[in-house]
Amino acid sequence: MDALSQTFAALADPTRRAILARLARGEATVNELAEPFAMALPSVSKHLKVLQRAGLVSQSRQAQFRHCKLQGEPLKEVATWVFNYRAFWEESFDRLEAFLAATAPAESAARPRAARKPTKKPRRTS
Amino acid sequence: MSKTIINAPEGSLAMSMERVFPAPRERVFAAYTDAKAIPEWWGPRSLTTTVEKLEPRAGGQWRFVQRDQAGNVYGFHGVYHACVAPERLVQTFEFEGAPGHVLLESVRFESVAAGTKVTVDSVFPDLATRNGMMEHGMTEGAIETWDRFEELLKKSL
Repeated sequence: MDALSQTFAALADPTRRAILARLARGEATVNELAEPFAMALPSVSKHLKVLQRAGLVSQSRQAQFRHCKLQGEPLKEVATWVFNYRAFWEESFDRLEAFLAATAPAESAARPRAARKPTKKPRRTS
Repeated sequence: MSKTIINAPEGSLAMSMERVFPAPRERVFAAYTDAKAIPEWWGPRSLTTTVEKLEPRAGGQWRFVQRDQAGNVYGFHGVYHACVAPERLVQTFEFEGAPGHVLLESVRFESVAAGTKVTVDSVFPDLATRNGMMEHGMTEGAIETWDRFEELLKKSL
């Protein structure tokens, strides 16, 4: 699995997202992270391991406690993917249809709602 | 319901989109290659699109920039490999938020009884790109992920 897929897989779970949301507010120990969840410590540790492998969380040991910290870089990378090709074109095509209707020439009798503006000629900028 | 027919088999690098527009194909083709038309329809309504470059000829380049109200800028660019008015366009498509992940798009414009059928055949360079651009952000779970994500990003970056 490549890094990006690993990040997505890590983010797919609601508990892990909640852990990240908690860490976005500041560092926390494993115990503190476990508190809001009706979950045994080993289960929380398992989720933390997934997040660590994805590079989303780092751990450091202070005294006898392990402190967890959010790492932003993989999130940044995933954020660039918010662009969705399918949704982009579905919306664009809806808009293109509206645009074609709004700019249809008056003589085009098949499309009576037409004709606010004349058809534009393609302009080439080079 | 969307009028766009999308065929995007999982695990495949290819996808196709099909849509019939009730307009002659000269006009549909012109909307694709007119710098004044592009900002009127290209991309999501919520963004403002500026045409930085549009050279619809083989070897010509295009670059469109979109801005949201928060001031975020999203750039897209590519190169035309074929431009045969009013039938066909072949071009690359690159989202600048994911540089290097270049798609190849072939767009066909056909006259049909109801107007013009536009068929876009797109090929992704690899499955990670395909999945990143096709799957994520589509499912309900993913949309929630993005919402949470934005909160996270605001706080942590």
